Amino acid sequence: MTSPTKPLIPLAVLPKNELGLTVRDYEGAMSTLCAGCGHDSVTAAITQMFFELSTPPHLIAKLSGIGCSSKTPTYFVRGAHGFNSAHGRMATIATGANAANRELTYIGISGDGDSLSIGIGHLSHLMRRNVNMVYVLENNGVYGLTKGQFSASADIGSRSKRGVPNVIAPIDPIMLGLSMGATFLARSFSGDKEQLIPLLKAAVAHKGLALIDVISPCVTFNDHEGSTKSYRFMREHEVKEIETDFVPWQQEISMPHHKDDAREIIMHDGSAMRFRSVPDGYDPRDRQSVEEYIRERHERGEIATGLLYVNESSSDVHEMNNTPEVALSKIPYSRLCPGSAALSKLQEDFR
Amino acid sequence: MEPTNDQDPNYFHQVVDCQWACPAHTDVPGYIRLIAQGRFDDAYLLNRESNVFPGILGRVCDRPCEPACRRTRVDGKPVAICRLKRVASDLKGDISEFLPTAPDEKNGKRVALIGAGPASLTVANDLVPLGYEVTILEKYDKAGGLMRVNIPEFRLPADVLDAETQVIIDMGADIHYNSPVNSMRELLAQNYDAIFVGVGAPKGKELELPGRHDDASGHIHIGIEWLKSVAFGHIDSVGERVLIIGVGNTAMDCCRTSMRLGGKDVQVMARRPREYFKASPWELDDAEEENIAITVNHSPQRFVIENGVLVGMEFDVVEWDEGARHSTVLETVVIPCDDVILAIGQENAYEWVERDLGIEFGEWETPVLNEETLQSTLPNVFFGGDAAFGPKNIIWAVAHAHSAAISIHNFCQGVPVDERPQASMTLVSQKMGMTEWSYHNEYNPSSRQQMNHVELTKRFAAIDLEVELGFDAEQTAREVQRCLNCDVQTAFKASLCIECDACIDICPVRCLTITSNGDEEDLRTRLSAPADNLDQAIWVSEPLPQTKRVMVKDENVCVHCGLCAQRCPTAAWDMEKFELDIPYAGNFNILGKSQFAGDSILTRS
Repeated sequence: MTSPTKPLIPLAVLPKNELGLTVRDYEGAMSTLCAGCGHDSVTAAITQMFFELSTPPHLIAKLSGIGCSSKTPTYFVRGAHGFNSAHGRMATIATGANAANRELTYIGISGDGDSLSIGIGHLSHLMRRNVNMVYVLENNGVYGLTKGQFSASADIGSRSKRGVPNVIAPIDPIMLGLSMGATFLARSFSGDKEQLIPLLKAAVAHKGLALIDVISPCVTFNDHEGSTKSYRFMREHEVKEIETDFVPWQQEISMPHHKDDAREIIMHDGSAMRFRSVPDGYDPRDRQSVEEYIRERHERGEIATGLLYVNESSSDVHEMNNTPEVALSKIPYSRLCPGSAALSKLQEDFR
Repeated sequence: MEPTNDQDPNYFHQVVDCQWACPAHTDVPGYIRLIAQGRFDDAYLLNRESNVFPGILGRVCDRPCEPACRRTRVDGKPVAICRLKRVASDLKGDISEFLPTAPDEKNGKRVALIGAGPASLTVANDLVPLGYEVTILEKYDKAGGLMRVNIPEFRLPADVLDAETQVIIDMGADIHYNSPVNSMRELLAQNYDAIFVGVGAPKGKELELPGRHDDASGHIHIGIEWLKSVAFGHIDSVGERVLIIGVGNTAMDCCRTSMRLGGKDVQVMARRPREYFKASPWELDDAEEENIAITVNHSPQRFVIENGVLVGMEFDVVEWDEGARHSTVLETVVIPCDDVILAIGQENAYEWVERDLGIEFGEWETPVLNEETLQSTLPNVFFGGDAAFGPKNIIWAVAHAHSAAISIHNFCQGVPVDERPQASMTLVSQKMGMTEWSYHNEYNPSSRQQMNHVELTKRFAAIDLEVELGFDAEQTAREVQRCLNCDVQTAFKASLCIECDACIDICPVRCLTITSNGDEEDLRTRLSAPADNLDQAIWVSEPLPQTKRVMVKDENVCVHCGLCAQRCPTAAWDMEKFELDIPYAGNFNILGKSQFAGDSILTRS
């Protein structure tokens, strides 16, 4: 059996972005995931997002760990930098890469196993440090590569493909993020690109760690009756907290004045996120009420999606550590490594 | 929108652009796949079922299929459908045992066909196997009609024409050569059960200008008459400087024939700019390749005759307004020449049909007909081909004739002629495995293959030297893979869809969308890629189970790669081969579609 290839059809009408690239230029290799995997939809959303943002492919770094989810960076933006790290260690590699070159757009793709089991410690510190990157957690509640055991995000009572219910409490990455001081927390669904693409754009615009927990059904091991992460369950239980709009700062904003219940959050780079249908009193900047709200939804068996929490006033890892303004690669070697005399002087200061 | 009714054969038929555009609805992707498999006999027979003359049409068809071909919308050039047809014809073996034959016992009905051109021969092809006694009355001593007398041999060799006409005559049609019908009244008196008129549009249009009928009129020719004289060997030379008036396909045949009869300086004179030329673009190309000049914006005014000798022709050089409706004269020029050939059109000639027989004629000397049944106002007389609605082309003549044959069969069997058998279809899954299909589904990026021609230095040596050499094996292998298999349809079952978006994400031309329903105008703007080709349908599913949204497919540039079906986890998408079952007189079909080796290719249902 050979894997199919997506042919390049030379249609004259393919739209181009500001860089003169088509959406096909933001694609990667063909996916070898199962047909119908939610991760492939996330890939398509990321492809479309970078195309629409006109991000130069060579200024993107895509990172991942191990798992079905961690295969996906191969499937988008073939011209980007990439690093496929050890299991659960994407966060550490990303931190190092970001420290060395703060000028790239970092996107890390991980899964519920990679992030919430083996890698949970690293993820926690990544959030504490507020590393400027997009962290996509493709969450399907099972270990797909090892044939469908429950992962740390499986809900109590959710049934495996063989009918056995899960009895261990799940870790909710959003709740984890709230307690770790994360500054951008969103949840979405692979089957809802209308919501996911604006969220991804906002995550790129956010300065700091932007975690998007994307419920991405495992079509092979977790798309059955009794699963709480199936396509059907999501469609029946998804509660969109927020209708989102992403308005890049370059564009003139000429939309009609929005409804009274709409809120606007200006991102660091001047772009705006707009929210509609926000329930009374819901403020995505108020950590305490957000926490309470999500817990309440969860108890009702509902899955709140949208940009759930954002804090645009915090510092990212570079500000906290007072690092140089530019990438280390752009600093002349003589300054980056000023020699043994400078080192001796530094050591002298610590005596 | 309402869910698309794709159980109506017309829906999928329209997706197969070439087949829909072909007047005879030839199963183009079907025979191209057979060529790809090296099954030339089967490819030829599948062709012959609908178009009767694959060898002839593979050279001189007007190819309505090619401008319609989906490949044009993908990479700019259609599949070379016509020339692939020729490949099947050139490489076929002996197929005589698969052809229909006349039954020993006749059905007692006598039918007269006037003219032995493509229309009449097709009627004979359809009726002889049903037991009709068919008599063909031909005014010349050879069969073929315009294919014989108006198409020069360097485009259509006599042996190809002879073979495909003779095969029908040999089925058992009684052909009378040198037998022009001079009176319809006399023919009617012979008590045929039905008469079919397939005499073409044999009269070349005249250009009445000063000097036309002076002494030099021997050097002023009417195009189709002149071509006929060349075909029969009555004319074998022409002056060195020749002007062709008119720029249709006949003009192209006249100018290229002139080059082979001694013409050195041959010019085609057009009144209007190039975009208004009637000739097919490829015929213009072939003429220009032979160094024939095509001069635009020259309106003929008079023949210049000095001392009884044609010395030139006077033209107004004109300038046209936008849309080329009105012109202004810039200057007047005389272009010297030795011969002028008038190729400005042809028309019907029915002086032999008496007007008191009940056969009514309308404008332009064309008979009043029912367009579907081709029955005239005299119920036992039918028309087809150019004889019916004025000059069209061979493939239209064949299509008319199939239709007329159904009418004649009904008429002779006492069935109302408008009670016609309907087309039906079959859809069969092409799935062979996880990622395997029984057709070659991979998009092939080859560009259209260039036809090889005899070198310019050699091709004028003889008038019967065929210019086109046909595709070689490698060209054929590449060209067949350019076909997008539009007949292998994307079939969708809404009830199985889990809305995972896999098909939408994989589609290389972004022709799929899941969205909320709306009216067509609105939906067309809300798709993954806007559906702005209004000639192409958008397909809409039943509401999907989970969200009640709908799956929408824009047919426009679907390359039928099957990736949607390959990526679908629930087999909601499938690739299913569409076959149109076209009814012919007496439901007598040659199915070049046999599934198992050893099956008879011929079935009678």
